[in-house]
Amino acid sequence: MAAVETNPRADITAQPNGLALRRFKDKSFIIWGVLATLIGLGTLVALVGDLVVDGAHRLSPEFFMTFPSSDPAHAGILSAWVGSILVIITTAAFAIPVGVLAGVYLEEYAPKNPLTSAIEIAVNNLAGVPSIIYGLLAVGLFVQLLGMGQSILTAGVTLGLLILPVVIVATREAVRGVPQDIRNAALAVGATKWQATQHHVIPYALPGVVTGVIIGISRAIGETAPLILIGGLTFVAFLPVTLPGDHKFEVIGAVDQYGAPVTPEATELVRIHHDGVVVMPDFSEVAVEAGQDIELPHGATVQTVADLGDAVASWSPTNWLGSDFTVLPIQMFNWTSRPQAAFLENAAAAGLVLLLITLLLNGAAIWLRYRLRKRIKW
Amino acid sequence: MEGLSVQRDFTVKRMRPGEHVIEGVLFLAAALAIAVVVGILFVVISEAAKFFAEVSFWEFVTATRWTPLFENPSYGIAPLLTGTFMSTLVALSVAVPLGLLVAIYLSEFASARVREVVKPVLELLAGVPTVVYGYFALLFLTPILQSFIPGLPGFNLLSAGIVMGLMIIPYIASLSEDAMRAVPQSLRDGSLAMGTTRLETAFRVVFPAAISGIVGAIILGMSRAVGETMIVAIAGGQLPQIVTSPTQQGATVTAFIAQVALGDIAFGTIEYQSIFAAGLALLVLTLIFNFIAFAMQRRFREAY
Repeated sequence: MAAVETNPRADITAQPNGLALRRFKDKSFIIWGVLATLIGLGTLVALVGDLVVDGAHRLSPEFFMTFPSSDPAHAGILSAWVGSILVIITTAAFAIPVGVLAGVYLEEYAPKNPLTSAIEIAVNNLAGVPSIIYGLLAVGLFVQLLGMGQSILTAGVTLGLLILPVVIVATREAVRGVPQDIRNAALAVGATKWQATQHHVIPYALPGVVTGVIIGISRAIGETAPLILIGGLTFVAFLPVTLPGDHKFEVIGAVDQYGAPVTPEATELVRIHHDGVVVMPDFSEVAVEAGQDIELPHGATVQTVADLGDAVASWSPTNWLGSDFTVLPIQMFNWTSRPQAAFLENAAAAGLVLLLITLLLNGAAIWLRYRLRKRIKW
Repeated sequence: MEGLSVQRDFTVKRMRPGEHVIEGVLFLAAALAIAVVVGILFVVISEAAKFFAEVSFWEFVTATRWTPLFENPSYGIAPLLTGTFMSTLVALSVAVPLGLLVAIYLSEFASARVREVVKPVLELLAGVPTVVYGYFALLFLTPILQSFIPGLPGFNLLSAGIVMGLMIIPYIASLSEDAMRAVPQSLRDGSLAMGTTRLETAFRVVFPAAISGIVGAIILGMSRAVGETMIVAIAGGQLPQIVTSPTQQGATVTAFIAQVALGDIAFGTIEYQSIFAAGLALLVLTLIFNFIAFAMQRRFREAY
């Protein structure tokens, strides 16, 4: 047996060769890591900064209260933000109940069987389907087969389907986090399964569910691609809703990005519903009367002034569901695809509004998640 | 006082009739997910089938021009696929190195406090509407790139791809970080006890141990990039051509669908059906990625 070679005079505190270099690499990696992180954070700053520089000066009460127009200096986002709100109401009314119930079913009720696995696989796959595919579904199914039209209802349901996996997954996680003891206690005092779920599990899971819902809604607000397929890139200069008591409102005037009329009321030959004016491409105004049929040149918009009676007559709580619409991201896209610099400023301003809304919503969700983690200790 | 007479048999299992109704409603809500998948497949495949009744599948996969709106139309998907691959490649070459650097830094080097702040703020990047990213790519990044790359066209896949890459950093960073943090501390301790530095441990122990999650994160980012529409539609140009360099303009599968939709589509025409054929290609592509991700995860999965 060979003796192990030892050197009694070796310095056991000596550092192995190259340790200094290895330590240097270790330390310098932190610089790379911080740098990469800063690039990510810097993007966010650059994004906001770019929009502020380009568009902040366009933000004024007037910008929010005027319709889009072929005159960039007087164009606003009234129809866009009203449309966004109505579409999101529809989306929420559909996706929140369906998503929460589906999530509760999968966690609390679903038996272990092939059907349940099929549902789970479906939910997971839907989360990965590109958003524009939902647009194809909407065109093929809702618009073509079911005849729902290119309406707010179609848009709302489409976005609802899009965010359904987000709501379902968030609900499942939240419900899974509720301790079994809570359910047992409720069942022990005679509650039925649904009573236990409704009165105990769901309230405890609520903050987690709300977090998921907020993230889903925020995604729906910024989503553009599927809505292009069903809404077209319409230039919408009317509101889907008219409130009772409105003395004045501007109607019709739906022309596309090239100024061509696109809605049935506004195809080439336009029927005027209310007394008002036609704004010609050179911004001159021509008075028109109700009932008149006129041929419109490209670029013309119709602004009609209705009286109180007309406004009330056209009001009903749900008639907006079937209406044409535009939303903030589509309005921004419309302006971004125009060559004139003045429209790009409008695009930046609309983008700023959109960005602030989505960042606020996401921030709220993050804050809620943070509070949730700190507060609840079972 | 008369004695209480118990007339109810408490041993019989009683279920209120409403419970069944509720369970049925809950089931229907969950089953909607299957209906949506079936709906998507039905719509896309049936319309694409009408398309392939007019255009041969062979032409679809071999022709090199995609000009459905021309007088003499040609329907080769290749230009759209090269556009999609090019923009995805650019996005990944931005997002993978940056995302993994961030993940390793946050998981192995940063303090808990830094991580608590940085992670959610980075995740805000994923919440920015894509149309805003499109504006950013076209009007902020492209002019900057043009000052470095002379002759870069105003619409190009490079700018769109880079911004897309920035967008998917949080997906890759966040999920990879989760995967690396799930690696047991004992593995790190063992490695460090052998005298390695944190960096060596990160790259030679933690990273390989977390590879399945990391690959999954990258594939997820990839599938986001492939399906992204607005950034490429705004900043990439919408010219379907065989793309060989990221500095060219080009159309992706998604951008083409959006472009056709922007015009007034007449239902039932070949143009209308062509977007479903393109959509089918997109679905198949996403499916392949999911399959690869699944296979990779199985291949690399190690249990601790």
